[in-house]
Amino acid sequence: MSRSRELLLGMRDTIPMLVGALPFGIVFGTLAVSSGLSISATLAMSALVFAGSAQFVAASLVASGAGLVVILLTTLIVNLRHALYSASLLPHVRHLPQRWRVPLAFWLTDESFAVVHRHYLLDKGPLEHKHWYFLGSCLAMYSVWFVCTLVGVLLGQALPGLADWGLDFAMVATFIGIVVPLLRNRPMIIAALVAGGTAVLAHGLPYQLGLMLAALLGVVAGVLAEHAAGRERLTVPEVE
Amino acid sequence: MSSFEIALILGMAVITFVIRYTLFAVGHRVRFNPLVARALTYVPVAVLTAIVAPIMLMPDGDGLQLTLDNAYLVGGVAAILIAARWRNLLATIAGGMLCFFLWRWFYG
Repeated sequence: MSRSRELLLGMRDTIPMLVGALPFGIVFGTLAVSSGLSISATLAMSALVFAGSAQFVAASLVASGAGLVVILLTTLIVNLRHALYSASLLPHVRHLPQRWRVPLAFWLTDESFAVVHRHYLLDKGPLEHKHWYFLGSCLAMYSVWFVCTLVGVLLGQALPGLADWGLDFAMVATFIGIVVPLLRNRPMIIAALVAGGTAVLAHGLPYQLGLMLAALLGVVAGVLAEHAAGRERLTVPEVE
Repeated sequence: MSSFEIALILGMAVITFVIRYTLFAVGHRVRFNPLVARALTYVPVAVLTAIVAPIMLMPDGDGLQLTLDNAYLVGGVAAILIAARWRNLLATIAGGMLCFFLWRWFYG
Protein backbone atom coordinates (compact mmCIF):
# COMPACT_ATOMS: atom_id res chain seq x y z
CA MET A 1 0.00 0.00 0.00
CA SER A 2 1.23 3.51 -0.77
CA ARG A 3 2.22 5.99 1.93
CA SER A 4 -0.76 8.27 1.39
CA ARG A 5 -3.18 5.35 1.42
CA GLU A 6 -1.72 4.09 4.72
CA LEU A 7 -1.91 7.63 6.15
CA LEU A 8 -5.56 8.06 5.15
CA LEU A 9 -6.46 4.56 6.34
CA GLY A 10 -4.89 5.33 9.74
CA MET A 11 -6.96 8.50 9.98
CA ARG A 12 -10.14 6.73 8.90
CA ASP A 13 -9.73 3.86 11.38
CA THR A 14 -9.26 6.43 14.18
CA ILE A 15 -12.64 8.09 13.57
CA PRO A 16 -14.48 6.06 16.29
CA MET A 17 -11.86 7.25 18.79
CA LEU A 18 -12.32 10.84 17.65
CA VAL A 19 -16.01 10.66 18.56
CA GLY A 20 -14.97 10.06 22.17
CA ALA A 21 -12.11 12.57 22.08
CA LEU A 22 -14.36 15.32 20.76
CA PRO A 23 -16.49 15.94 23.86
CA PHE A 24 -13.56 14.88 26.07
CA GLY A 25 -11.34 17.63 24.60
CA ILE A 26 -14.08 20.26 24.75
CA VAL A 27 -14.73 19.41 28.39
CA PHE A 28 -11.04 19.55 29.19
CA GLY A 29 -10.79 23.05 27.70
CA THR A 30 -13.81 24.21 29.69
CA LEU A 31 -12.88 22.56 32.99
CA ALA A 32 -9.19 23.51 32.90
CA VAL A 33 -9.99 27.21 32.66
CA SER A 34 -12.64 26.96 35.38
CA SER A 35 -10.07 25.07 37.52
CA GLY A 36 -7.86 28.16 37.48
CA LEU A 37 -5.44 27.42 34.61
CA SER A 38 -4.86 30.29 32.20
CA ILE A 39 -6.04 29.93 28.60
CA SER A 40 -2.48 29.78 27.28
CA ALA A 41 -1.52 27.12 29.85
CA THR A 42 -4.59 25.05 28.94
CA LEU A 43 -3.72 25.14 25.23
CA ALA A 44 -0.02 24.53 25.90
CA MET A 45 -0.90 21.47 27.97
CA SER A 46 -2.92 19.93 25.13
CA ALA A 47 -0.16 20.76 22.62
CA LEU A 48 2.85 19.62 24.68
CA VAL A 49 1.63 16.95 27.11
CA PHE A 50 -1.11 15.39 24.94
CA ALA A 51 -2.42 12.88 27.49
CA GLY A 52 -6.14 13.33 28.13
CA SER A 53 -6.65 11.49 31.40
CA ALA A 54 -3.50 12.95 32.99
CA GLN A 55 -4.53 16.44 31.85
CA PHE A 56 -7.97 15.98 33.43
CA VAL A 57 -6.54 14.78 36.71
CA ALA A 58 -3.96 17.60 36.69
CA ALA A 59 -6.68 20.22 36.16
CA SER A 60 -8.71 18.84 39.06
CA LEU A 61 -5.56 18.87 41.23
CA VAL A 62 -4.86 22.50 40.30
CA ALA A 63 -8.43 23.33 41.32
CA SER A 64 -7.91 21.65 44.70
CA GLY A 65 -4.70 23.63 45.25
CA ALA A 66 -2.26 20.69 45.09
CA GLY A 67 1.48 21.36 44.80
CA LEU A 68 3.67 20.79 41.76
CA VAL A 69 5.33 17.61 43.03
CA VAL A 70 1.99 15.94 43.77
CA ILE A 71 0.67 16.74 40.28
CA LEU A 72 3.84 15.49 38.55
CA LEU A 73 3.85 12.29 40.60
CA THR A 74 0.21 11.70 39.69
CA THR A 75 1.05 12.29 36.01
CA LEU A 76 3.73 9.63 36.27
CA ILE A 77 1.32 7.06 37.76
CA VAL A 78 -1.55 7.83 35.40
CA ASN A 79 0.68 7.69 32.30
CA LEU A 80 2.78 4.69 33.26
CA ARG A 81 0.54 2.49 31.12
CA HIS A 82 2.07 4.09 28.02
CA ALA A 83 5.33 2.23 28.70
CA LEU A 84 3.37 -0.95 28.08
CA TYR A 85 1.99 0.42 24.83
CA SER A 86 5.45 1.34 23.55
CA ALA A 87 6.74 -2.12 24.55
CA SER A 88 3.94 -3.72 22.51
CA LEU A 89 4.59 -1.55 19.44
CA LEU A 90 8.38 -1.72 19.64
CA PRO A 91 8.81 -4.67 17.23
CA HIS A 92 6.97 -2.66 14.58
CA VAL A 93 8.91 0.60 14.88
CA ARG A 94 12.46 -0.47 15.79
CA HIS A 95 13.53 -0.45 12.12
CA LEU A 96 12.59 3.25 11.81
CA PRO A 97 15.07 6.13 12.18
CA GLN A 98 14.81 8.26 15.34
CA ARG A 99 13.20 11.11 13.39
CA TRP A 100 10.18 8.80 13.11
CA ARG A 101 10.39 7.21 16.54
CA VAL A 102 10.48 10.52 18.45
CA PRO A 103 7.22 11.95 17.07
CA LEU A 104 5.42 8.59 17.08
CA ALA A 105 6.34 8.16 20.77
CA PHE A 106 5.24 11.72 21.58
CA TRP A 107 1.85 11.06 19.96
CA LEU A 108 1.27 7.62 21.51
CA THR A 109 -2.14 7.67 23.25
CA ASP A 110 -4.62 5.03 24.45
CA GLU A 111 -6.70 5.65 21.35
CA SER A 112 -3.95 5.50 18.71
CA PHE A 113 -2.40 2.51 20.44
CA ALA A 114 -5.68 0.59 20.24
CA VAL A 115 -6.11 1.38 16.54
CA VAL A 116 -2.48 0.92 15.44
CA HIS A 117 -1.82 -2.23 17.44
CA ARG A 118 -4.88 -3.84 15.89
CA HIS A 119 -3.68 -2.87 12.42
CA TYR A 120 -0.25 -4.43 12.99
CA LEU A 121 -1.90 -7.60 14.33
CA LEU A 122 -4.46 -8.02 11.56
CA ASP A 123 -2.48 -6.86 8.52
CA LYS A 124 0.39 -9.29 8.14
CA GLY A 125 1.77 -7.50 5.06
CA PRO A 126 5.31 -6.04 4.96
CA LEU A 127 6.14 -3.27 7.45
CA GLU A 128 7.35 -0.98 4.65
CA HIS A 129 4.84 1.87 4.89
CA LYS A 130 2.89 0.93 7.99
CA HIS A 131 4.39 3.73 10.05
CA TRP A 132 2.39 6.09 7.82
CA TYR A 133 -0.75 4.42 9.18
CA PHE A 134 0.56 5.04 12.73
CA LEU A 135 1.28 8.66 11.75
CA GLY A 136 -2.20 9.12 10.28
CA SER A 137 -3.86 7.89 13.46
CA CYS A 138 -1.66 10.17 15.58
CA LEU A 139 -2.23 13.26 13.44
CA ALA A 140 -6.00 12.74 13.54
CA MET A 141 -5.98 12.41 17.34
CA TYR A 142 -3.58 15.30 17.92
CA SER A 143 -5.35 17.82 15.70
CA VAL A 144 -8.80 16.92 17.04
CA TRP A 145 -7.54 17.07 20.63
CA PHE A 146 -6.00 20.51 20.18
CA VAL A 147 -8.90 22.00 18.25
CA CYS A 148 -11.41 20.62 20.78
CA THR A 149 -9.43 22.07 23.67
CA LEU A 150 -9.58 25.44 21.93
CA VAL A 151 -13.32 25.06 21.28
CA GLY A 152 -13.82 24.14 24.95
CA VAL A 153 -11.92 27.22 26.13
CA LEU A 154 -13.97 29.48 23.83
CA LEU A 155 -17.28 27.81 24.71
CA GLY A 156 -16.43 28.11 28.40
CA GLN A 157 -16.01 31.85 27.90
CA ALA A 158 -19.25 32.17 25.95
CA LEU A 159 -21.38 29.90 28.14
CA PRO A 160 -20.21 30.21 31.75
CA GLY A 161 -22.56 27.41 32.90
CA LEU A 162 -21.13 24.80 30.49
CA ALA A 163 -18.97 23.18 33.16
CA ASP A 164 -22.18 22.05 34.91
CA TRP A 165 -23.72 20.34 31.88
CA GLY A 166 -22.12 16.99 32.66
CA LEU A 167 -20.08 16.78 29.46
CA ASP A 168 -17.37 15.19 31.61
CA PHE A 169 -19.41 12.01 31.25
CA ALA A 170 -17.72 11.66 27.85
CA MET A 171 -14.51 10.77 29.70
CA VAL A 172 -16.35 8.15 31.78
CA ALA A 173 -17.90 6.55 28.68
CA THR A 174 -14.57 6.55 26.82
CA PHE A 175 -12.68 4.89 29.67
CA ILE A 176 -15.43 2.31 30.15
CA GLY A 177 -15.21 1.53 26.43
CA ILE A 178 -11.45 0.98 26.78
CA VAL A 179 -11.52 -0.97 30.07
CA VAL A 180 -14.45 -3.38 29.66
CA PRO A 181 -13.01 -5.28 26.65
CA LEU A 182 -9.79 -5.76 28.69
CA LEU A 183 -11.70 -7.62 31.43
CA ARG A 184 -11.20 -10.99 29.79
CA ASN A 185 -10.19 -13.05 32.82
CA ARG A 186 -10.74 -13.20 36.55
CA PRO A 187 -7.50 -11.44 37.64
CA MET A 188 -8.34 -8.43 35.40
CA ILE A 189 -11.85 -8.24 36.87
CA ILE A 190 -10.44 -8.46 40.40
CA ALA A 191 -7.91 -5.70 39.61
CA ALA A 192 -10.73 -3.45 38.36
CA LEU A 193 -12.99 -4.15 41.36
CA VAL A 194 -10.21 -3.55 43.90
CA ALA A 195 -9.03 -0.37 42.14
CA GLY A 196 -12.57 0.99 41.79
CA GLY A 197 -13.55 0.09 45.36
CA THR A 198 -10.39 1.60 46.83
CA ALA A 199 -10.79 4.77 44.78
CA VAL A 200 -14.31 5.26 46.15
CA LEU A 201 -13.39 4.44 49.76
CA ALA A 202 -10.23 6.58 49.70
CA HIS A 203 -11.81 9.47 47.82
CA GLY A 204 -11.61 11.71 50.88
CA LEU A 205 -7.80 11.53 51.05
CA PRO A 206 -6.02 14.73 50.02
CA TYR A 207 -3.97 15.24 46.82
CA GLN A 208 -5.48 12.37 44.80
CA LEU A 209 -3.66 9.95 47.11
CA GLY A 210 -6.79 7.84 46.79
CA LEU A 211 -6.18 7.45 43.05
CA MET A 212 -2.57 6.37 43.55
CA LEU A 213 -3.48 3.98 46.34
CA ALA A 214 -6.31 2.53 44.24
CA ALA A 215 -4.08 2.02 41.19
CA LEU A 216 -1.41 0.37 43.33
CA LEU A 217 -3.80 -1.96 45.17
CA GLY A 218 -5.58 -2.83 41.90
CA VAL A 219 -2.31 -3.88 40.27
CA VAL A 220 -1.23 -5.88 43.34
CA ALA A 221 -4.64 -7.60 43.52
CA GLY A 222 -4.44 -8.51 39.82
CA VAL A 223 -0.94 -9.96 40.15
CA LEU A 224 -1.89 -11.93 43.28
CA ALA A 225 -5.08 -13.26 41.65
CA GLU A 226 -3.09 -14.33 38.60
CA HIS A 227 -0.52 -15.99 40.81
CA ALA A 228 -3.26 -17.91 42.63
CA ALA A 229 -4.85 -18.95 39.33
CA GLY A 230 -1.43 -19.93 37.97
CA ARG A 231 -1.16 -22.66 40.60
CA GLU A 232 -4.09 -24.36 38.92
CA ARG A 233 -3.05 -23.87 35.31
CA LEU A 234 0.42 -22.72 34.42
CA THR A 235 -0.32 -20.22 31.68
CA VAL A 236 1.42 -16.90 32.08
CA PRO A 237 0.23 -14.33 29.54
CA GLU A 238 3.25 -13.00 27.69
CA VAL A 239 3.70 -9.29 27.14
CA GLU A 240 4.58 -8.78 23.50
CA MET B 1 1.53 31.95 32.01
CA SER B 2 2.70 31.93 35.60
CA SER B 3 6.00 30.28 36.53
CA PHE B 4 3.96 27.57 38.27
CA GLU B 5 2.14 26.83 35.03
CA ILE B 6 5.34 26.72 33.00
CA ALA B 7 6.94 24.29 35.47
CA LEU B 8 3.73 22.24 35.55
CA ILE B 9 3.44 21.88 31.77
CA LEU B 10 7.13 21.29 31.12
CA GLY B 11 7.26 18.75 33.95
CA MET B 12 4.20 16.88 32.71
CA ALA B 13 5.44 17.01 29.11
CA VAL B 14 8.88 15.62 30.01
CA ILE B 15 7.51 12.84 32.25
CA THR B 16 4.93 11.77 29.67
CA PHE B 17 7.42 11.83 26.78
CA VAL B 18 10.07 9.89 28.71
CA ILE B 19 7.50 7.17 29.53
CA ARG B 20 6.42 6.92 25.90
CA TYR B 21 9.81 7.23 24.23
CA THR B 22 12.35 5.32 26.37
CA LEU B 23 11.65 1.90 24.85
CA PHE B 24 11.39 3.31 21.32
CA ALA B 25 14.78 5.02 21.83
CA VAL B 26 16.55 1.87 22.95
CA GLY B 27 15.12 -0.06 20.04
CA HIS B 28 16.20 -3.57 20.85
CA ARG B 29 13.71 -5.86 22.45
CA VAL B 30 13.54 -5.15 26.15
CA ARG B 31 13.20 -8.02 28.56
CA PHE B 32 11.10 -6.81 31.44
CA ASN B 33 11.45 -8.58 34.72
CA PRO B 34 8.49 -11.04 34.51
CA LEU B 35 6.88 -9.62 37.63
CA VAL B 36 7.13 -6.04 36.30
CA ALA B 37 5.72 -7.14 32.94
CA ARG B 38 2.85 -8.89 34.69
CA ALA B 39 2.17 -5.87 36.90
CA LEU B 40 2.22 -3.49 33.91
CA THR B 41 -0.58 -5.39 32.18
CA TYR B 42 -2.88 -4.44 35.08
CA VAL B 43 -1.97 -0.74 35.12
CA PRO B 44 -4.42 0.50 32.43
CA VAL B 45 -7.40 -1.32 33.96
CA ALA B 46 -6.49 -0.26 37.52
CA VAL B 47 -5.81 3.41 36.72
CA LEU B 48 -8.75 4.00 34.39
CA THR B 49 -11.17 2.22 36.75
CA ALA B 50 -9.83 4.22 39.70
CA ILE B 51 -10.55 7.44 37.79
CA VAL B 52 -14.03 6.40 36.65
CA ALA B 53 -15.50 4.68 39.76
CA PRO B 54 -15.65 7.76 42.04
CA ILE B 55 -17.16 9.90 39.25
CA MET B 56 -19.92 7.30 38.72
CA LEU B 57 -20.65 6.48 42.35
CA MET B 58 -20.10 9.88 43.98
CA PRO B 59 -20.43 12.58 41.29
CA ASP B 60 -20.80 15.39 43.84
CA GLY B 61 -17.62 14.31 45.59
CA ASP B 62 -19.16 13.63 48.99
CA GLY B 63 -20.76 10.30 49.87
CA LEU B 64 -22.14 7.49 47.74
CA GLN B 65 -25.08 8.35 45.50
CA LEU B 66 -26.56 4.97 44.70
CA THR B 67 -29.83 6.54 43.57
CA LEU B 68 -31.81 6.62 40.34
CA ASP B 69 -31.35 10.37 39.95
CA ASN B 70 -27.59 9.87 39.61
CA ALA B 71 -27.24 10.10 35.83
CA TYR B 72 -23.50 9.31 36.00
CA LEU B 73 -24.33 5.95 37.57
CA VAL B 74 -27.16 5.12 35.17
CA GLY B 75 -25.18 6.23 32.09
CA GLY B 76 -22.08 4.41 33.33
CA VAL B 77 -23.95 1.14 33.90
CA ALA B 78 -25.50 1.47 30.44
CA ALA B 79 -22.03 2.03 28.93
CA ILE B 80 -20.66 -1.04 30.77
CA LEU B 81 -23.50 -3.22 29.49
CA ILE B 82 -23.09 -1.97 25.91
CA ALA B 83 -19.30 -2.48 26.06
CA ALA B 84 -19.68 -5.99 27.50
CA ARG B 85 -22.24 -6.99 24.89
CA TRP B 86 -20.76 -5.46 21.70
CA ARG B 87 -17.14 -4.56 22.59
CA ASN B 88 -17.47 -1.57 20.34
CA LEU B 89 -16.01 1.72 21.54
CA LEU B 90 -18.12 3.96 19.36
CA ALA B 91 -21.36 2.25 20.43
CA THR B 92 -20.26 2.45 24.08
CA ILE B 93 -19.53 6.17 23.98
CA ALA B 94 -22.57 7.11 21.90
CA GLY B 95 -24.98 4.81 23.80
CA GLY B 96 -23.59 5.78 27.21
CA MET B 97 -23.82 9.49 26.50
CA LEU B 98 -27.31 9.16 25.05
CA CYS B 99 -28.49 7.35 28.22
CA PHE B 100 -26.73 9.92 30.39
CA PHE B 101 -28.28 12.96 28.75
CA LEU B 102 -31.74 11.41 28.39
CA TRP B 103 -31.68 10.42 32.06
CA ARG B 104 -30.53 13.86 33.10
CA TRP B 105 -33.19 15.50 31.01
CA PHE B 106 -35.82 13.08 32.36
CA TYR B 107 -34.90 13.75 35.99
CA GLY B 108 -33.86 17.37 35.47
